[in-house]
Amino acid sequence: MDVSVDRIARPWGTRTPYGRHEAWPVRVDTYLEAGVDPGLVQRWVQTASLLHSDGDAMDIAVVDGRMVGVRGRAQDRVNHGRLGPKDLFAWQANASPDRLTRPLARQDGRLAECGWDTAMERIVTRSRDLLRERGPGSIGFYTSGQLFLEEYYTLAVLARAGIGTNHLDGNTRLCTATAAEALKESFGCDGQPGSFDDIDDADVIALFGHNIAETQPVQWMRVLDRLEGGGPSELRLLCVDPRPTPVARRATVHLAPRGGTNVALLNALLHEIIRTDRVDHDYIEAHTVGYEELASQVQKCTPEWAAGICDLPAARIAEAAELLGSADRLLSTVLQGVYQSHQATAAAVQINNLHLIRGMLGRPGAGVLQMNGQPTAQNTRECGANGDLPGFRNWQNDDHVTDLARVWNVDPKTIPHYAPPTHAMQMFRYAEQGSIRMLWISGTNPAVSLPELSRIRSILEQERLFVVVQDLFLTETAQLADVVLPAATWGEKTGTFTNADRTVHLSDKAVDPPGEARPDLDILLDYATRMDFRDKDDGPLITWHDPESAFEAWKRCSAGRPCDYTGLTYDKLRGGSGIQWPCDEQASDGTPRLYTDGVDWAHPDLCESYGKDLATGAPDEAVDYRALNPDGRAVLKAAAYLPPHEEPTGEYPFQLVTGRTLYHFHTRTKTGRTPQLNAAAPDVWVEASVSDAAGLGLHEGDLVDVTTPRGTVRARLRVTDIRTGLLFLPFHYGYWDTGAGCGPGGDTPGRAANEATITDWDPASKQPLFKTGAAALHLAARADGHHAPAPTTTASAPARTGSVPATTGGRDALVTEATE
Amino acid sequence: MNGVALTLRALHHGEEHLADRLTTMAERHRTEHEVHHVATDLARWSREHAERLAETARERDADLAPAPDPDLAPDPDDPPARPTERRPEPGVLLLRDLRELHLAATENSLLWEMLAQVAQATDDDELLTLASACHPRTLRQMRWTNSMIKTLSPQILSSV
Repeated sequence: MDVSVDRIARPWGTRTPYGRHEAWPVRVDTYLEAGVDPGLVQRWVQTASLLHSDGDAMDIAVVDGRMVGVRGRAQDRVNHGRLGPKDLFAWQANASPDRLTRPLARQDGRLAECGWDTAMERIVTRSRDLLRERGPGSIGFYTSGQLFLEEYYTLAVLARAGIGTNHLDGNTRLCTATAAEALKESFGCDGQPGSFDDIDDADVIALFGHNIAETQPVQWMRVLDRLEGGGPSELRLLCVDPRPTPVARRATVHLAPRGGTNVALLNALLHEIIRTDRVDHDYIEAHTVGYEELASQVQKCTPEWAAGICDLPAARIAEAAELLGSADRLLSTVLQGVYQSHQATAAAVQINNLHLIRGMLGRPGAGVLQMNGQPTAQNTRECGANGDLPGFRNWQNDDHVTDLARVWNVDPKTIPHYAPPTHAMQMFRYAEQGSIRMLWISGTNPAVSLPELSRIRSILEQERLFVVVQDLFLTETAQLADVVLPAATWGEKTGTFTNADRTVHLSDKAVDPPGEARPDLDILLDYATRMDFRDKDDGPLITWHDPESAFEAWKRCSAGRPCDYTGLTYDKLRGGSGIQWPCDEQASDGTPRLYTDGVDWAHPDLCESYGKDLATGAPDEAVDYRALNPDGRAVLKAAAYLPPHEEPTGEYPFQLVTGRTLYHFHTRTKTGRTPQLNAAAPDVWVEASVSDAAGLGLHEGDLVDVTTPRGTVRARLRVTDIRTGLLFLPFHYGYWDTGAGCGPGGDTPGRAANEATITDWDPASKQPLFKTGAAALHLAARADGHHAPAPTTTASAPARTGSVPATTGGRDALVTEATE
Repeated sequence: MNGVALTLRALHHGEEHLADRLTTMAERHRTEHEVHHVATDLARWSREHAERLAETARERDADLAPAPDPDLAPDPDDPPARPTERRPEPGVLLLRDLRELHLAATENSLLWEMLAQVAQATDDDELLTLASACHPRTLRQMRWTNSMIKTLSPQILSSV
């Protein structure tokens, strides 16, 4: 049956209910631009979504060398044909008239078009000068969560073994660093334990700081289909989130704790699980170390104790613990409400602990999903482009470094491993101090996405810092660059990428890139050739020349490691479903769940990390880890609650968090250029609670200033059911679509949420904390008939239903949904 | 005054001294954001230690003032904190401050070791509990300063 649905107004579409342990029905979502009949489509080209970490598989419709629409892939394990609003509409941004089509180089203070040779030679000359005069530590690379696997791997090889710098990280630092760190702390190694299929079998799903309805809308469709397909007790949700998210509205128990108190809450939940003996003692005995210490750490953390810290009723905390404790198959998912909040890793680890002490791991429905934010964040992690060594190798383990050097045919000492790989925030600090003199930024927009933007702009504007930006558009960051390289994107190049549950998808080229824009891989290979990087036998360091040969090279690097790709080929990925790694000879169809029979990669000789002190971030040494965990079990790591670093004061009485909305991705470079998505959330807003608004005499649509010691954002007010005392700003908005260029100025007030955010990061994961910090709220001008430009379909829905016009997409947002 | 009282006094002084040093560090290196925030968190540990030591001393009528025995306490002539802007190389100064913190924490760690040893020798469970509760955090303070030095010094020293 085919139905036509406005997927801006109804983002999750129609329901296909199903019961527990049943297969999720197929529903194929198709959107073609007006006037294109499905019969006229000349080619359907296989790919997956590049606008969130779900990896929704789809085909791009092509007519006369032009993209004209998309259709979900029915046979894919991730989405069973469904697509989210961004998947359905954002492909249109590829054809934006303001795509970069030629390289730009700064001349007399202005960026001017130039040829590829000129641009690349400027980069190569500067690289060579810096290597000669200041050494490899003067060059840094800051990449993305949106390139392809082949590109990250090439970047990792050229940076770590070609240049020999320790300074390579991704903007995945902002979204997924804590997920990786928490997995390393608990399981010795990165790697998502669970599978999205666990949604089919769980009877309780606990979502910690994870507004899945907006960040992975297709998996929320799956949850909704389960909720509507069975009796009331078949699936119950626990939601921990200070905002009235769609998840919170459907939850059996919803907790909205005070910001920065996740560890206190989780310790109380663990206290209750242990007190009521909902503990799998056999599992703990067989598969873990550290239980005594964990039990002792949470012994005094009663719900009453946590109630005061978290500002929650103790009875609600107890109810949440009862839900977790009574689960027969528990699935937990975790995202930015934990990862970007105070004590990020410590809190994320307690969720792993919950599963370990309950023995809820490695079985259908019983698992943990430490989620990613960005589409290809998993590959940044695997390939070593994120502040780790490729293939989850351990920088502190000389055998691992030697093995990597063998794969690359270089001397082990070529690969810097005397200290942890430098994380993004530290790279910007080095650039601020002047010890990094060249920063190559690919596929990301730090002038909008990093905290405390006035500082970031001042770093990027420095005369002494040579900034290269490789992107699709003249972003706020690109405007500050010395050289800008026009890149091809999704649909215009071929490669693979891996979603948050380890599913590898092939993304084929559908159309040519605009003008002279080139795939990121080609740009990196060109740089490597011009730099003439050599291996230890004086052969070329990089021996591949196209996506498929890069993939084959990566397979050799991944061999025998947890993220083993050796059983995958482009041919195998083409035509059918995505496949979950590890995929090797033993598991040629991939691996749905890790840790089905104990923990595989925590042994001291195998593990990616020996762990860190969760309060200070100091890495543990091999000898400590060997003593603690000689047999390579899961580590139950306890953490004490610490108060947040910035608390509200008289001057700044609110807590401020930033976050995302369903309709946008990152800094809106694509979604802001997509008519349906842009219209659904066209400008920045701020959310405050009913009582806070009333207390300040403020109303829906009033123009207000959100001020912190760092800066001010001007936005219209949306009054919602958000937690009292808390303000929320979406972080997507910058300045490219204002008159101001790359920052506030002239008639343009602060519009980017990060004008106001604090520079602080989790000491263990080094993930910046966007959900901490104090702020003031003041009236700038009355609404005068305006409403906040915030969607009504999401967590930003007004407290009073019907008080503002509903978000709709109209005819332009009609999508065909086909079910059996 | 007995050895326990002497050690309590020296350690109380040492923890207060370390708390002050960490706070000074946090203020002086505000632009080193991780140092700023973690030093502030770690100063809290030392203050808690000092309070617990003071409580123990009170219960035992041990006098914590005036200044402790010079043979047991950190050097009172340690240079006072000075603001960074007067120094030419903030990175080098940061490494110096981290070294001094590390040494101050090490001094405290050795005093905790002494306290734990005498507690065992005299079968003083209360004292042993105190040392067992606090000493691990002192070791974590040392590990932090050591790891910061390890991480930062390659970049700072190769670019000076």
